[in-house]
Amino acid sequence: MSIAARTTAVGLGGEGAAGAPSVPHELSELEQKRIIVGYGFWIFLLSDIVMFSAFFATYTVLVNETAGGPSGRELFHLHIVALETAFLLLSSFACGVASIGARAHRDAMYYGAMAVTALFGAGFLFLEIREFVGMIAIGAGPQRSAFLSAFFTLVGCHGLHVTLGLMWLLTMMAQVFAKGYRPDILRRVLCFALFWHTLDIIWVAIFTVVYLMGVAV
Amino acid sequence: MFGKLTWDAIPFDQPIPLAAGALVIVVIVGVVAFITVKGRIPYLWREWITSVDHKHIGIMYVTLAAVMLLRGFIDAIMMRSQQAIAFRSQGYLPPEHYNQIFSAHGTIMIFFVAMPFVIGLINIVVPLQLGVRDVAFPTLNSVSFWLTATGALLINLSLVVGEFSRTGWLPFPPLSELTYSPGVGVDYYLWGVQISGVGTLLTGVNFVTTILKLHAPGMTYMRMPVFCWTALATNLLIVAAFPVLTATLAMLTLDRYLGFHFFTNEAGGNVMMFMNLIWMWGHPEVYILVLPAFGVFSEVVSTFSRKPLFGYRSMVWATMAICVISYTVWLHHFFTMGAGPNVNAVFGIASMIIAVPTGVKIFNWMFTMYGGRVHYASPMLWSIGFMVTFVIGGLTGVLVAVVPADFMLHNSLFQVAHFHNVIIGGVLFGAFAGYTFWFPKAFGFRLDERLGKAAFWCWFIGFYLAFMPLYVVGLMGMTRRMQHYDVPEWRPWLLVAAVGAAVILAGILCQIAQLVVSIRRREELRDLTGDPWMGRSLEWSTSSPPPAFNFAVLPHVEGRDDYWRRARLAERGVGPMAEPIYKPIEMPRNSATGFVCAFFATFAGFGMIWHIWWLVAVCLLGAFATFVVFAWRDRTEYEIPADEAARIDRENRAARRLAFAQTEPAE
Repeated sequence: MSIAARTTAVGLGGEGAAGAPSVPHELSELEQKRIIVGYGFWIFLLSDIVMFSAFFATYTVLVNETAGGPSGRELFHLHIVALETAFLLLSSFACGVASIGARAHRDAMYYGAMAVTALFGAGFLFLEIREFVGMIAIGAGPQRSAFLSAFFTLVGCHGLHVTLGLMWLLTMMAQVFAKGYRPDILRRVLCFALFWHTLDIIWVAIFTVVYLMGVAV
Repeated sequence: MFGKLTWDAIPFDQPIPLAAGALVIVVIVGVVAFITVKGRIPYLWREWITSVDHKHIGIMYVTLAAVMLLRGFIDAIMMRSQQAIAFRSQGYLPPEHYNQIFSAHGTIMIFFVAMPFVIGLINIVVPLQLGVRDVAFPTLNSVSFWLTATGALLINLSLVVGEFSRTGWLPFPPLSELTYSPGVGVDYYLWGVQISGVGTLLTGVNFVTTILKLHAPGMTYMRMPVFCWTALATNLLIVAAFPVLTATLAMLTLDRYLGFHFFTNEAGGNVMMFMNLIWMWGHPEVYILVLPAFGVFSEVVSTFSRKPLFGYRSMVWATMAICVISYTVWLHHFFTMGAGPNVNAVFGIASMIIAVPTGVKIFNWMFTMYGGRVHYASPMLWSIGFMVTFVIGGLTGVLVAVVPADFMLHNSLFQVAHFHNVIIGGVLFGAFAGYTFWFPKAFGFRLDERLGKAAFWCWFIGFYLAFMPLYVVGLMGMTRRMQHYDVPEWRPWLLVAAVGAAVILAGILCQIAQLVVSIRRREELRDLTGDPWMGRSLEWSTSSPPPAFNFAVLPHVEGRDDYWRRARLAERGVGPMAEPIYKPIEMPRNSATGFVCAFFATFAGFGMIWHIWWLVAVCLLGAFATFVVFAWRDRTEYEIPADEAARIDRENRAARRLAFAQTEPAE
């Protein structure tokens, strides 16, 4: 995305000394663009987290509304969830390595780490879909009870984000391949990395609120 | 092949929607034919449809709002006339049609009039006031607008293809669930609002980044005009509230499409969960709308009182206080849920507390006028009309924040009168003040004052005639959304209310006439200097309309109301009138991304509403392809040569020098 306005970064300044223009630290144009794009994407991610918080709130309200159907204790298998968590965290680590590779313009590191990120992400999705399919097969689908509706929506929304993230990841690999490590492409790699790490944060909350607390109750 | 869509979807047996739909189609075909014959399509495509210029996007937002205002107002006239007639009779609107009308009225007025109007003003003004050349993400801005337009299109499509929701402006379950609303009406609502909501969310992201990160040199936060502060608060609220709307509507969609049990009566669904979620968005939404209006009044009152705004710092703090407190009051929309006296008391008190910063603002505007030289131009009339009207709306608001009183007044016409009191008296008057105030900036000529004042008086008087009676019948026990009634005591008041709607209609006609007359007399009304009102902030320091790049050289800001200070110095022949050094300017290139995305979003939404799954799949693929194509561009910017920037800037400087030479310096 292009930034039209050429500006100087502003701090939380007050009036400035005696009407003199406060001269902020001059940044290069590219550095400014990177800050603005990253900042804007952070704001977007915060809004995404707010959306998840609505799903979390709904889940916690509806968690006991099993309508005579199975509860989390009967449905969740912690060892599978532990594996999913490991996959996602490892993919995030690989994503971090890919970011370093991109910044250093090192092809092997970037493509290799991105591929590992994608593989672990796909592995996570495979496990999640297997869990969903298994639950639906034993009659514990989202139509069974309000609890299961909330469960499938919350966890499925995260899974949907991972799926979109994978599409984005492959697009970013193709972009670097076609265009090289151009500054605007690197900014997108930065945004992708932020997105991928945010999915981790949300997963940690899902792991805790849905699975650990679900089995403990 | 076409899912649920058959010829039965078109209401051949109902003359009113059919005639209205036919009229709209004729108008659209006529406009498109006119544009084609005149050979203006390339111009339209280049300057508007694919434009990423914040000023053009803002103008398109306001135009959308104005057109939708007409649509929403026709609904209003129909409701008022129905209630005037339907005393011990069925009136002329059958219940299922009447229910669609009040649902469409609320949905359109909030999502497609008030929202695009304030977002349009923010788009036009904020980058100019900050002294920058565009928003942080110009193409994203275009995507936002076109998604909003998609939502409006889908909602209006329901007039002729299928039906609209009958559940009120918010789709309250269980009525909105598949069991009780099996038709496509609620689906039109869900997809129309969902798609435009995504557009609004992206606007929020864009403007939070713009206001916090892009400034002219020296434009510190505490030197920003109050309109920028209120725009910041509004966009922060959008970022924090609209995702909740997205999630809530998604849950209802899952209930309706896949048989989930979020809000159903069976299998543990919880209806009150919907109320909590929707109002957790819905109450901040009220402030999303009204805060920019407060910003407009702050600019207008200080400009037309020729004084700096009284209590700038308290104004900023009041704005941010409202921004935060607006999150803690949502439960006052359903005190009758029975959350218990303690919960209700907390929310009741919070609702009263939010009146305090609002009161601070009212006093600040009054003290700004005090001792000033008040010029009663039409933006100022709207502002004074607002102050009087909004105080009444605020007082009735504090009244219904009293929980026991609310139990009596819940769902009555008193409530309807209250929120129209604050939304018309606050948001709409603010939007009209801003429209009149910034029209010359956007188009280069002023609006006709005589018709503007006539429009104000019609709206002002019409509002009181239309809504004060509703307070009375509300106190007499009349509930909202009644298609007919049998109580003779209510009738005279409802007749007065219908007269009020007619007076407001006269106001709208005056506004249309004002626009036509002003366009015809534009040479007389031309704003040559770029500063028609003795403005105070940076938008008045550039020409009207501003060049694509806004400022040939970014202004250096040395204090609050910096432009006012420089202009007064320049009138005395003091101050730097020397030419700056011009440099080439890089601007973002146009992009059809927004329009193409909206194209796919429209058909994807339509496919979802009518269960045409292949269409949805094709459109989602198309949208993804659009983004990839956009991301593959190699040239994202174009350069305006320094000579060109200099030429445009010199013209404006010459006009200003001439004007300053002719004016007597203000003492």
